[in-house]
Order: sequence, then structure tokens, then C-alpha cells
Amino acid sequence: MSNLNQDRSPIEAALEEFHLNRVVPFDVPGHKRGKGNTELTAFLGQRCMSLDVNSMRPLDNLCHPVSVIKEGEELAAEAFGAGYAFFMVGGTTSAVQAMVFTACKRGDKLILPRNVHRSVINAMVLNGAVPVYVDPAVDKRLGISLGMSVKDLEKAIKENPDAKAVFVNNPTYYGICSDIKTITELAHKNGMLMLADEAHGTHFYFGDGLPLSAMAAGADMAAVSMHKSGGSLTQSSFLLTGKSMNSGRVRQIINLTQTTSGSYLLLSSLDISRKNLAVNGKNIFKKVCALADYARGEINRIGDYYAFSGEIINGDSIFDFDTTKLSVNTVDTGLAGIEVYDLLRDEYDIQIEFGDMDNLLAYISVGDRERDVERLVGAMAEIRRLYKKDKTGMMISEYIPPKVEITPQEAFYAEKESLTLDQAVGHICSEFVMCYPPGIPILAPGEKVTDDIVSYIKYAKEKGSFLTGAEDMKTDSLNVIK
Amino acid sequence: MDLWFSEYHTKNVKLSIKVDRQLHSEQSDFQRIDVFESEEYGRFLTLDGYMMLTEKDEFIYHEMIVHVPMAVNPDIKRVLVIGAGDGGVLRELTRYENVEQIDIAEIDQRVVEVCKEYLPGTACGFNDKRVNVFYQDGLKFVRSCENKYDLIIVDSTDPFGPGEGLFTKEFYGNCCNALTQSGIMVNQCESPFYNEDRIAMQRAHKRIVESFPISKVYQAHIPSYPSGHWLFGFAAKKHHPIKSFDPKAWKKLGIKTKYYNPMLHIGAFALPNYVQELLENVEGIV
Repeated sequence: MSNLNQDRSPIEAALEEFHLNRVVPFDVPGHKRGKGNTELTAFLGQRCMSLDVNSMRPLDNLCHPVSVIKEGEELAAEAFGAGYAFFMVGGTTSAVQAMVFTACKRGDKLILPRNVHRSVINAMVLNGAVPVYVDPAVDKRLGISLGMSVKDLEKAIKENPDAKAVFVNNPTYYGICSDIKTITELAHKNGMLMLADEAHGTHFYFGDGLPLSAMAAGADMAAVSMHKSGGSLTQSSFLLTGKSMNSGRVRQIINLTQTTSGSYLLLSSLDISRKNLAVNGKNIFKKVCALADYARGEINRIGDYYAFSGEIINGDSIFDFDTTKLSVNTVDTGLAGIEVYDLLRDEYDIQIEFGDMDNLLAYISVGDRERDVERLVGAMAEIRRLYKKDKTGMMISEYIPPKVEITPQEAFYAEKESLTLDQAVGHICSEFVMCYPPGIPILAPGEKVTDDIVSYIKYAKEKGSFLTGAEDMKTDSLNVIK
Repeated sequence: MDLWFSEYHTKNVKLSIKVDRQLHSEQSDFQRIDVFESEEYGRFLTLDGYMMLTEKDEFIYHEMIVHVPMAVNPDIKRVLVIGAGDGGVLRELTRYENVEQIDIAEIDQRVVEVCKEYLPGTACGFNDKRVNVFYQDGLKFVRSCENKYDLIIVDSTDPFGPGEGLFTKEFYGNCCNALTQSGIMVNQCESPFYNEDRIAMQRAHKRIVESFPISKVYQAHIPSYPSGHWLFGFAAKKHHPIKSFDPKAWKKLGIKTKYYNPMLHIGAFALPNYVQELLENVEGIV
């Protein structure tokens, strides 16, 4: 039994004590507990400003933790069942980067599904790793990319026995989980590291009856967005490592890119949120699941919407489903997910997480109240009544297998020229194109531009998706390799 | 003893009523419920510290929210009341023999129980056989109804707290869908006077205009509410609140009222210029 007490939040306690000591600051930050920036202090609050302090002996140092941050990290590691847990202040993006940088160096292969978040491919642009994509299956009815099939992974490993690591989403944005246990065993059997993007899976570590977490499956590293379902402040995150990983080396790699001025607002939010989940997580996620289940039932009763759940599990590419995710297919209303998303915001003052071509996702969390769910359901019923149209001409997203011609890094830094979308067909793209959210690239650097991709981009634009990534802010033209 | 209840009408204005004693206080699943006894206003009910009704002036609110639509269409048979856990709206409705069915969706059962115990003068409305009580979120209740009611009365709390969902476009749209072809919806629409209330009033009006072909506003003077100047929304599919109004037909019913009368009915729709302007400002942006 460990002697750690999950009821403790050492960073919070150190900040409280520091605050009481009324230390006179002749260090940064220059706002000096808010006194030097009264407008900002009035806006954010005195309490918030007085907690925005610098690393110092009583408060430890994120780059080299020896006291309260170290204790906070150890508590987090225990709570998540990890070998070690690193506090990250650069978003889960920084945790994903650290995973890729730890597993691969320039020229090393990384096996991953193509429906990864842009941060994964960004990391490969930075360090020159080579992607080996495993096609995610696509559900034809729903138009969403699924998980990684074990059979496809076996094939990829056979063709690339020199790959250094396998990377999976656990779960995808929509809540789809792969068979992470079997995949981890397969990776380990072939001498590869197992990395998991758990940006949308924090609650797996605390709730009952939820899909298996990466650490429980024996994975080597996992990037966990504490600020999504875990309740901490935006941009705060955890990087978890398995018991066999060398945490000192991982720390060095994190420190390559992480700020040396880690925000104590973010750090204390991680500390307090970990405590909250360790103590109350089971009840919290029971409530979240019940609320999501209720919303699904009500939405499915409206008609034409399909709020899917565990019934889509197929034992492989949908090995499990995260029932906290309220994902709704909108195709039968004749409206794209993004159109319903826009209507909810513009007409009903309801902001949901995202809408894409065929689906929308409403994020349900501990902060939601039943009456807010009633508003969402009521508004969706109204949208169907008032805006429903013929669904012919609706494009069901299909997976477009990427044609990787050169590595993301080579492509990103190559000599390039700007061509219109139509002209770009047949060329190698040197930049990203994606709808944001969800931020899964339609094109990544080094991939060939095809007719299918160009028509998909045009359709997404027509439906009102927010396309990002390209140098041309309107995505009328693409940078391609000369 | 010098015990006062105070409600802030704005950050800088408050109304205080001297309290003789507090009769009840509890935190329900939805809100804090208090009942006080006072010399000036009699008993009064507050929810989360906001004044809901006083024995002294509740007749104004309840008569104006019920008799205006009932007089416009005397054929109303099926009525849905949303909120109104105090029973005052029901009391006025049950005076119409023509009405066959009164459904009420109130989210908080405790409000009804507390009112039955301490405010029998309004809660007596629950005693009528035609009344069916559903303890449910109003937004949820109305969502499942189609072409069912001739009148919906929205007796909500303020647009913050549990009544929030009853000021939304989805709610008004759901109501429109739940009404028959000759349906009318009446709602309490806040006050035009203080800034925060005014914004809520304008938002509600804008959303109703977007949801109904006819949307008018009328007023009443309610001393215990912020600024004392209170507005109601009248929204309908085909009935105009004045053109479709037959004063003689209503008079024939022989209903005795303390505030409402046919002349006042017409006058209530004549709004001060500044209020007209506030309404026109949001009607333009549909």
C-alpha cells in the first residue's frame, strides 16, 4: 500500500501558505500580484493574479521538480495507475509531442491511424519521424473513422518490423475505442513502444464501466487532457508513462520544448482536479454517463437524429464505446452536422463541441445540468421541425486513404509554390488542411492532393466548416512542393 | 425587532419589506424556497431570494396573465400552464366553465407543497378536478406535445435559475408546435425599466416574434416587482389581442375581477413610447 494520500493537493497547499507569508516580490511576473496591472486584476480577480507567481524554492520548479510539484506528480501517477505522471502546461499537444520525441528520432517509423489529431503529425514535422498509416475503417452509415483493427496493425507491423512505436487514439473524438490491450501486447511482442492519445479519455481512469485506459492496458505513454473531461484549466494536461519507462529521460525530452515559466494557475488546477477525480471521480462520471444516456434517449425520440452508443460495438474497429460522448448523426435530417452546429449557436445560443459533415458532438461533463440538456434536446427538436430538408446530395464522409510521398518534415520544409485547389491535384502538399474542430487533417505535409480530397474540401467549405492549417486563410489555394 | 426582507432590483436599488416572521425556509432540489409574513404585503413567497408573489398584489399578475387571453378567445378548452407552482393562474382559469382540461408542468414539487401549506389563497387553484399536475421541466413537457392546447400560459421565474429554459427560442418554438391552429401563448415578460430586466425582456420578445405570426406586448402595474412596471407577451397564430377581442362576450360570462376589465384590456396594449421603441428595435432583426 502506498502512503500517498489522494486527499492532498500539495501545490494548492504550498500556494496557500506562500500567499499567507506575504512575501515581497522582487521577481517576475512583473504585475506583482496584480498591483501593476489594475485593469487585468479587475477583470480576472485579485485571487487569480496573486496566484500567478514564479517558480521558487517553496513552490518547486516544473523543469526540475523536487518538492511540491514532484509530490503532485507522484500523486497523479498513483491516481492514474501510471509509473510517472508529468504536469504539462503546453496543452495535450505538448504531451503528444513528448511521446513522439521519446519514441522516435529522425527517420524512425511510427505506426499510427490517419485520424490522429494534428499535433501528432506536427511532432513528426519537428523531429523527422516517418508515419506508417493504418487505415481506420469507416462506418458507412455514420461517416466516421473508427478505431485501429488488430488485423490491420499486424499487417503494418509485418511490413514495417523496424517501426519504433504504435500510436492509437483512446478514444477518438467520437468515443470509439480500439482493442488497446491486444494492440499493446502486439506492439510489445514486436519490440515497439505503445503510445496512446487520451485527449478524450481522462475519465477512463476514474469512472466505472468505461473503456479500458491506456495505463491499465499496459501502454508505455499516454497523453491525457485533464482539461477536457477532468475539469482542470484549459491548456493543462498530463503525460503518463508506464512503469518500465525511464522518467528522467522523458523529463529531458519534455524540457526540450516546454516553457521554463510553468503557470501555477495551470499547475494548481491539475493538482486540485486530480484530487477531485481521485476522491469523487466514480460518482462524477456515473452522473455524466446517466446524463449522456438520457440525452441520447431523448434525441433519438425526436426522429431522424441518431445518437449512437454501445450498440455500434463490433469487437474490432469499434472495440468499445465511450458512452459519455454525445455523438449524433444528422444525415437523415438533410442537414450536415456543421449546419446543425451553426443553427444551435446562431439561433439558440447553444455552443456544442463540433459538427462535421455527418455528425455533431456535444460535450457532456460534470458541469452540466439536466435543464441545459433539456435546452439542447428542445433546440434539436426545433431544428428538425423548422429546417429539415431532402437529404439527397448529402455527402457521407468516406475515408480517403492518404498517399504519403515524402515525410512530413521534408515536405514542410521543401521549396514550394501556391496553386489553386484544382491546380494542386496531383501535386504533393506541403501543409495541413483540416476542419477545426475536430482537427484531424484532411491533408498532411507530404501527401498527394487528389480529386477526392479537393472535392471533400470544397464540400466542407460549402457546408460552412472552418478550414484551418493552410497558409491561405481561405483555403482557396494550397502550398505544394515545386 | 426590526426584521426586513430586501430584494435587489439592480446593484444599486433595493425594495425592502418589513417582515413579521419567517414561516418557511428550505432548499429544494432546484432552488431555495422561503415564505414570509409581513404587515404590509401579507404573506409572500420568494425563490432564491427573488420575490414571486405577495398576498396583497398577486391578483394583478394572475388576472392579467389569464383573463387577457381567455377574453380574446372564449372557446379555449385545453390549457397548459408552465411554472405557476403557487396555483394563482389555476385559480383564475378554473373560473371559466368552458375550459375542459388544465395541465400544469411545474418543475419543483416542493413549491406546490409549500404554497398549499402557507398560501391557500392561490394554491386553492389546485383543487379543481380539471387540473392535472406534472412535476416536470416545462421545456421537456412541451416538447412532446403537438397540436394539443388552445392556450399556453408561461408563468416562469426570472430568466436566471430554473426558469432559464423558458426564455429560449427552442421553448417558444416547442410551444408553437404544441398549440392548435387557433392557439395563444402568454408569458410573463419581465420589466422594461431596469437595464438587466430590459435586456431579458427584449431577448424574449425577439424570440417570440421569430416563432409566432402575431406577437404583442401588454403591461400591468405590480408594486412588488422591480420598478412596478411589468410586461406580458401575447403571441398567437391567428387571434389579434384587440381585433379578435369581444368585450360583450366576456362580460356575459359574469366573472368578477379586481383588476382586469375590458377597457383595461385594450388600454394595456397601449405602451409607453420608450417601451414601443425597445420592442421595435428587436422586431427589426428577425
